[in-house]
Amino acid sequence: MLSFLPYVVGLPLLGFFVLLFLGRRLGRPAAGIVGSVAVGLAFAGSLFVYSGLVSRPANQRIYVDRLFSWFHSGSLHVNVSLYLDPLSMTMVLFVTGVAFLIHIYSIGYMGHDERFHQFFVYLNLFVFSMLILVVGGSLPLTFLGWEGVGTCSYFLIAFWFERPAAASAGKKAFIVNRIGDAGFLLGSFMVYKYFGSLSYSHIFSQSSGVSHEVATWISLLFFVAAIGKSAQIPLFVWLVDAMEGPTPVSALIHAATMVTAGVFLMARLNPFLALSQTSSMVIAIVGVATALLGATAATSQNDIKKVLAYSTVSQLGFMFLGIGTGAYVAAIFLMVTHAFYKALLFLGAGSVIHGMGDEQNLKKMGALRRFMPITSVTFIVGWLSIAGVPPFSGFWSKGDVLDSAFVKSPILWIFGIVAALLTAYYMGRETYLAFYGPSRWSDPIKPSAHPHESPGVMTYPLIVLAVLALLGGALNLPFGSKIAFLSNWLAPVFASAPSAPQVSSSLEVILGVVDAVVALTGVGLAISLWRSRWDQPALEPKTLQKAYYVDAAYDAAVAVPGTWIARESNQVIDPKVIDGAVKTLTDLVSNTGKLTRRLQNGYVRSYALAVSFGVVVLLGYMLTRASS
Amino acid sequence: MFPYLETLVFLPGVIGVVIFFFPSEFPKRYYKGLGVAVSLVELVVAAAMLVQFKTGVGGYQMVSTYHWIPTFGIAWSLGVDGISLFLVVLSAILFPIAIFGSKETKDPKSFIAWMLILETACVGSFLVLDLFDFFLMFELTLIPTYFLMSNWGFSLGGRAAVKFFVYTFLGSAFLLIGILALVFIHDGGTGQVTFSIVALAHTQMSSTAGRLIFLAFSIAFLIKAPVFPFHTWSPDAYSQSPITAAIVLGGVMAKLGTYGIIRFDFQLFPQASRSLGWLILTLAVAGIVYGAVTAAGESHLSRLVAYSSLSHMGFIVLGLFAFTQIGLSGAVLQMFNHGIYTAALFLLLGMIYARRKTLDTSKLAGIQSKAPIMAGIFTVVMLASIGLPGLNGFVGEFMILLGTFITHRWWAVIGVSGVILSAVYMLWAYQKVFHRRDPEQRSFKDLSIREIATLVPLVILIVGIGIFPNVLLSRINPSVHKVLSNSTTQSIVYHSSLGKVAGR
Repeated sequence: MLSFLPYVVGLPLLGFFVLLFLGRRLGRPAAGIVGSVAVGLAFAGSLFVYSGLVSRPANQRIYVDRLFSWFHSGSLHVNVSLYLDPLSMTMVLFVTGVAFLIHIYSIGYMGHDERFHQFFVYLNLFVFSMLILVVGGSLPLTFLGWEGVGTCSYFLIAFWFERPAAASAGKKAFIVNRIGDAGFLLGSFMVYKYFGSLSYSHIFSQSSGVSHEVATWISLLFFVAAIGKSAQIPLFVWLVDAMEGPTPVSALIHAATMVTAGVFLMARLNPFLALSQTSSMVIAIVGVATALLGATAATSQNDIKKVLAYSTVSQLGFMFLGIGTGAYVAAIFLMVTHAFYKALLFLGAGSVIHGMGDEQNLKKMGALRRFMPITSVTFIVGWLSIAGVPPFSGFWSKGDVLDSAFVKSPILWIFGIVAALLTAYYMGRETYLAFYGPSRWSDPIKPSAHPHESPGVMTYPLIVLAVLALLGGALNLPFGSKIAFLSNWLAPVFASAPSAPQVSSSLEVILGVVDAVVALTGVGLAISLWRSRWDQPALEPKTLQKAYYVDAAYDAAVAVPGTWIARESNQVIDPKVIDGAVKTLTDLVSNTGKLTRRLQNGYVRSYALAVSFGVVVLLGYMLTRASS
Repeated sequence: MFPYLETLVFLPGVIGVVIFFFPSEFPKRYYKGLGVAVSLVELVVAAAMLVQFKTGVGGYQMVSTYHWIPTFGIAWSLGVDGISLFLVVLSAILFPIAIFGSKETKDPKSFIAWMLILETACVGSFLVLDLFDFFLMFELTLIPTYFLMSNWGFSLGGRAAVKFFVYTFLGSAFLLIGILALVFIHDGGTGQVTFSIVALAHTQMSSTAGRLIFLAFSIAFLIKAPVFPFHTWSPDAYSQSPITAAIVLGGVMAKLGTYGIIRFDFQLFPQASRSLGWLILTLAVAGIVYGAVTAAGESHLSRLVAYSSLSHMGFIVLGLFAFTQIGLSGAVLQMFNHGIYTAALFLLLGMIYARRKTLDTSKLAGIQSKAPIMAGIFTVVMLASIGLPGLNGFVGEFMILLGTFITHRWWAVIGVSGVILSAVYMLWAYQKVFHRRDPEQRSFKDLSIREIATLVPLVILIVGIGIFPNVLLSRINPSVHKVLSNSTTQSIVYHSSLGKVAGR
C-alpha cells in the first residue's frame, strides 16, 4: 500500500499535463472537474497510503522510495526519492484534502473567468509541488517543491496580470521568497559539507554528532528560508500583497498550505534545533513578535482579505513560537487546524466577494447574514475557531502552543496571550463589519447589485471545512495520552528532540481557563465595539493600517536605491567607466597608429585583413626561428 | 570506424565554402533549406558520435592524428572527451535551430555559407587536440561572425562588429604570445618543438613564467566568455547581431572561453591555475553580481540577455576555479544548459522583434494576453535561466555553488546572491513585456506552428535535462575527474567533524 505513494504525488502532475494540453478544449466546467478529480484521487490514495503506514509498528513508520538518481558527481549523489514518515504523511493528508475542497470551490468561484482552465493548470501544478516539498527525500528535492510552490504562487498571484498591482505582487512574492531560498541553498551546502550527503535518512542518522555551532548555523540558514516562505519578520511584506490573487489561491496557498512550508521545514529539521538552544530561542522570539505584529495590523484593515492575510502572518508566528519552544507537535497541530479554519475564512470571504460583485471593502458591507446564511454561519464558526473559544479546534491547538511557551518563558507567553486576545478581537470586528450592523452596500445607482448566497459548489466546501474547524481539536485532546492521537502519531519524528515542555495537569487546566477567558474577552470586545458602529478611526490608527510602515520603509531603503544603482550601473558605470577605460586604451593604440596613417583607408575589412596578415607573418617568423 | 570527428569538423565548412561558388542562377530560396539540411546531417553525425561515446572513460576517444607540419611538431589531431562532447552536441543542436529560425532575407547565399563555416570553426575548436590547430579554429570563428554581424546585423551592426573584432583579436594576440612562449620554453627544455597539448602539459617552467603565460591564455578566454571586466563588447555584439548569429554567439561561442580554461589553463598550467585561482574567482563573482545588477537597469532585451550571460558565465567560471569535482562537473554541465536557454531566449526575442520591430521594454506591454503560447514558452525558458529546480539551469548552478562552497566558502556566499538577483531582473523584464495591458491595444499574433517547432526541441531539452541531468553527467564526470587528477599536485582532502569527505 505504501508503494502507492508515487501515484499520489504523480496524480496532480498528470492532471497538470492533461489540463496544460487539453484544458482549453475541455472548457468549463470540465477542466475544473478534471483538476478536482486528480486531487481528489490523490487524497483517496493518500488515505490508502496512510492505512499502510499506520499498520506498521510505531518505530518503523518510515518509508523511503528511491525512484531514480537525479544527479551525481564525485561524492555527491542526489536521488529522486520519497521520504514518508508520520510528519510528511500528516502533511500529505491535509494538503490533498484541503486542496480538493478548494478545487471544487474554485469551479464555482472562477466560473466566469476567461482563463478558467489555466487556473486549474496552475492549481494542479501547485499541489504536485507541495507534495514533492513534503515527501521529498533529500534537501534538493524538497527545494524543488519549495521553488515549485513559489513559482505557482507567482503565477497565481499574478493570475490577473492585466492589473499592474497583481503583476507586481506576484513578482514581489517571488523575489522576497528568493531571499529566503538563498538561505535554503547555503543551509544545504553546510549540510553537505558536514555530512557528505543531502538525503534525510543519512543526515538524521548522523545528526547527533554535530557541534552546537554547526547546528546553529544550519538551522538558522534554513530558518531564513522559512522566514521567506512563511512570511515572518522581516520578510512578511509579500503575503499581504499576495491577496491580489484569486481568493481560492489565498485560501489554498497563502493560508492553508504553502506558507506553512516553513513550519514544516523547521519541524523536519528538528534534530538540528534540538542541538541548538540559540536557534530555538531566535525562532521563538521571531515567531511571537510576528504573531503580535500580524495581530495588531489585522485590527485596522478595511479589506476583507487583508485582515485574513495579517491574521495568517500572525498565526504562522504562533506556529514558530511552538517550534521555537520545542512544542513541535503543537505547531503541527496548529498548522492543521489553522488550515481548516483559515481556508474556511478565506473561502467565506471569497463567497462574500463573489456575492457582493467583487467588493472587498468591509466598510461597504454589513447585514450580509440575511442574504448569505450559509456563508455567515460557517464564517462565524471560523471566527470562533481562530479565536480559541472552546470547544472549537483553535482552542486546543493554540492552547498547546501557549502552554509550552509558558513553560519556556512567561514573557513569551504574555506576548502570545496578547496576540491571542487580539486574534479573537480582529476576527470579531471583521465578522461584525461584514455580516452584522446596517447594510452599507445599497447602491442607488446600481440597485441590481444585490448580495446573494453562493451556489452549492461553493457552499458545500464551506460546510465541510466548518465541521473540520469545529471538530479538528479531536486530533489531539489533552485528556490523557490515549486520545492524544497526533502526539502519539508524530512521536517517532521528534524522538531525538528533548521531550516537549510538559505542564502539570493542574497548571494545564488553569492555562486552559485563561485561554478561554482571553478568547471570550476578545469576542466580547469585538461585539461591544463593532456591533452597531463601523467607523471608529481611534481604533484603526494609520500606523496599524500600514503595518508600521515596514513595506514603505523597504521601498525607501531597498527598492528605490536598488533601482538607482541598477540604472547607474547600466547607464554610467558600464558604458562610461569600464567601456571608457577600454576606449582610452584603444585610443592610445590608435594615436600611435596615426604615425602609420597612410596605411589607413577606413575599411575595417582591410584592417582585419592586415591584422590577420600580420599574425601569419609573425607566426611564420617564429616558426622558422624555432626550426632553425 | 566511421570518421565521426573528421566529418563533424569538415562537413559544414566545406559545403559552406562550396556554396560561395554556386552559380547565381541557383534559386535563392533553396539556400536556407540547404543550410538546415547540412546542419541536420551534422546533428545526426553528432548524435551517432554521442551514442558511440563510451561512458565511464575519462580520456580522449575517437582520437585520430595526421602529420601536418612535422618540422614544427604540428599535427592535425582530433579527439573528444566528456568535456568537449556536449559542447559539440550543443553546437550541432543550435546551428540547425538557428538557421531554421532565421528571418534574414538579404543575400541568403553568403549568409548560409558563413553560418556553415562558423559551425566548422566552433566544432573544430572543441575537437582539435593541438594548440596550433586550436588557435587556427579559435581565430576562424571571428571571420564569419564579423561578416554576419556587419552585413546582416541591426543598424549599429558594423560598429559592434568592429568592437567585437578588436576586442577578441586583442585577446587572441595574448593567446598567440602565450602559445609561442610555451612552445619555446618547452623547446628549450626538451629540444623538441611540439604543439601537442598532451606533450606541453609536462613543460617545466618557473612559476613566474607559468603565471605570466597562464594570464596571457586566460585573457583571451575571459574576453571570449566574457568575464567581468572584459565584457563590454558583448552587449553591443549581442544586441546588434542578427538573432541567428546572437544564438551562436551567446549559445556556443561564449563556451569557447570556458572550454579553453579547462582544456588549456588547467592542463598546461595547473600550478598557476591554482595559485591565481583566487583572482579569477573574484572576477567571476564580481561578474555575477555586476552583470545581474546591470541587467536590472537595462531596457533593451538583447542587451539584458548579454548582461545576464555575463552573470551566468561568472557562475561557470566560479565552478571551474573551485577545483572540486562537483563544481567542475556542474560548470561543464552548465555550459551546455546555458547554451540551450540562451538560444531559446534569443529565438523568442527574434519572434517578438519580428512582430513589434523593437526590443525596448518600455515600448512592449501586455503580450501575455495576446499570445499565451509565447508567454508560456518564454516563462519556461526564463525560469530555466533563473535556475528553477526541475529545469536545466538548476542542477549546474547548484553543483557549481556547492562545489565552490566546499573550497571557497565566501565566494560561494556572494555567488548565491546572483540567485536572488537573477529573479529580480528577469521577472522585472517579464512583467514589463508580458504583463499589464497594451495601452495601444495593438494586435500581436501568437506563435505560428513553425515557430513552435523551432522552440519545442529546446523546451524539451530544458525540461528533460532538468529531470535527467545524469545522462550528461555520467559522461562528463570521468573526464572532469581526469582533468582534476592531472592538474592536482596534491589531492585536497578536508576533514569535517564527521569524517572525511573527498574534496576533489
